[in-house]
Amino acid sequence: MKQSVKELKNTANLIRQDIIKMLARAGSGHPGGSLGLADILTVLYFSVLNHIPSQPNNPRRDRLILSNGHVCPALYATLARARYFPLVKLKTLRQINSQLQGHPHNLSLPGVETSSGPLGQGISQAVGMALAGQMDKGDYSIFCLTSDGEHDEGQLWEAVMTAAKYQLGNLINIVDRNNIQIDGYTKDIMPLKPLKQKYSAFGWQVMEMNGHNLKQIISVLNRARRVKNKPVVIIAHTVLGKGVDFMENKFIWHGQAPNQKETTKALQQLSHQP
Amino acid sequence: MLAKNLYQPEKLEKKSCRDGYGDALLILGKKNKNVVVVSADLAESTRVHHFAKKFPQRFIEVGVAEQNMLGVAAGLALSGKIPFASSFGVFSPGRNWDQLRISVCYSQANVKIIASHTGLSVGADGASHQALEDLAITRCLPNLIILAPADYLETKKATIAASQIKGPVYLRFARHDSPVFTVPKTPFKIGRANILIKGNDITIIACGPLVYEAILAAKELAKQKIKAEVINNHTIKPLDNATILKSVHQTKCLVTVEDHQANGGLGSAVAEMLAKKYPVPIEMIGVQDSFGESGTVEQLWKKYKLTHPFIIKAALKVLKRK
Repeated sequence: MKQSVKELKNTANLIRQDIIKMLARAGSGHPGGSLGLADILTVLYFSVLNHIPSQPNNPRRDRLILSNGHVCPALYATLARARYFPLVKLKTLRQINSQLQGHPHNLSLPGVETSSGPLGQGISQAVGMALAGQMDKGDYSIFCLTSDGEHDEGQLWEAVMTAAKYQLGNLINIVDRNNIQIDGYTKDIMPLKPLKQKYSAFGWQVMEMNGHNLKQIISVLNRARRVKNKPVVIIAHTVLGKGVDFMENKFIWHGQAPNQKETTKALQQLSHQP
Repeated sequence: MLAKNLYQPEKLEKKSCRDGYGDALLILGKKNKNVVVVSADLAESTRVHHFAKKFPQRFIEVGVAEQNMLGVAAGLALSGKIPFASSFGVFSPGRNWDQLRISVCYSQANVKIIASHTGLSVGADGASHQALEDLAITRCLPNLIILAPADYLETKKATIAASQIKGPVYLRFARHDSPVFTVPKTPFKIGRANILIKGNDITIIACGPLVYEAILAAKELAKQKIKAEVINNHTIKPLDNATILKSVHQTKCLVTVEDHQANGGLGSAVAEMLAKKYPVPIEMIGVQDSFGESGTVEQLWKKYKLTHPFIIKAALKVLKRK
């Protein structure tokens, strides 16, 4: 079920539209980061990951751990498009009795590997899964998505050290580097630079990519999984709110749903994208 | 089904609960290859160093990083392992409660959270290292089973029983050598409180090594013709309502005993249940809203009024309130 670049582009665009519709209906949530990660999630689920949507617990599957749980609308839409569950369920995001919780819950929805929301926790769990894979000599990879703001959490660096210590070649951390966190720009809230050098110093192999260039995402992700002797971090340069011009790079769109007028405008833009 | 010479402490073997944990892990290591241990730089103190030596491939050392320790354990559990994440109570769950809540309990990850060095019985290390609040902060978490075994043998049994449960278990125990008053045949079933001594005047419900002080108190009370029923309540959650209610229906009053804050621990759990189902006068032996300090176990338990003379006093007081 590997999609061509052209198909991936179309899928990512549909996922972006799903995200806008879901958040508009829910009336709350995080559009910025969700739109920003749509391309990477699309490439993961429609080109890179070894997975069978009808067997979400297959022990040989590649795992995707969403550590920055607040962007779960993007994950939910991707999982639905990959047929983990019916698309119609996307309409229930954040509503009572829904499987689509405001932040991911592993027991609520097939395909969701862990529970997240409080930042810094997913990467530790990814390390635990990678350790289990290493012990069992499993032929699968653990991909973890973290946000740049999440790197303020001490736990994340505890996990980074553990991954290097155990030379977890089956672990790939993709950092959503959009330079924005809830209260503003990362450089003002808590500067992370030089992020690349930090990871190198911690013993990781560092790669970078444009998180919206589909060809590049495919090649970098596949290159990362071929590294076998150490964990890999991919610093993915992304644009918060990607695809909707009035949302792009504006931190107010980190955690605010669009109103009706904004929704119409956003969907119009997305449906006209090539 | 208790030790011979039960009432002669000097004749009882003295061994620590933490050694019971360490020894049980060796048995589990051989029996079940999915059992793994995650340590946060306290392998020797928590007695997991024996396991580490015997099963190095299944021993993960994350360094002084308790938050990461629980997350790593959750990841291992979600991959089919049975991780025993081991530290001191003040650090785990003291320092990683959010990770316990979300990575472990909310996800129902099959993690065993192991806290050694709980209670004043930690001794000389002082207040910073004496976990007196761990039951309070774990009792409120959904999906979590909580165990507080009373001696070496019971800790061994509790460790093995925890491995057989699919889901999060919090196991808290003490560091010091204490009388081994149970025997291999003493029953241990999670969720089933053990009546150690039968009586119908007053119920004494205890957990941890202080259960032995409750036994000594019952012996003294018997001299005054007061028949105390002593219950070893090793499972704090889920509480064995049936056994407790049956006892209290007869005795109509009780004393709870724990090496923990009187607020929020075993006493609170029992009081909450009885307030709803069968309210009776209660006295609570525990640390009374203060921090501990350095000292020997004996000095600390005496100063903070946890030993049998204080249990007797509380019993006489609560009997008058009937």
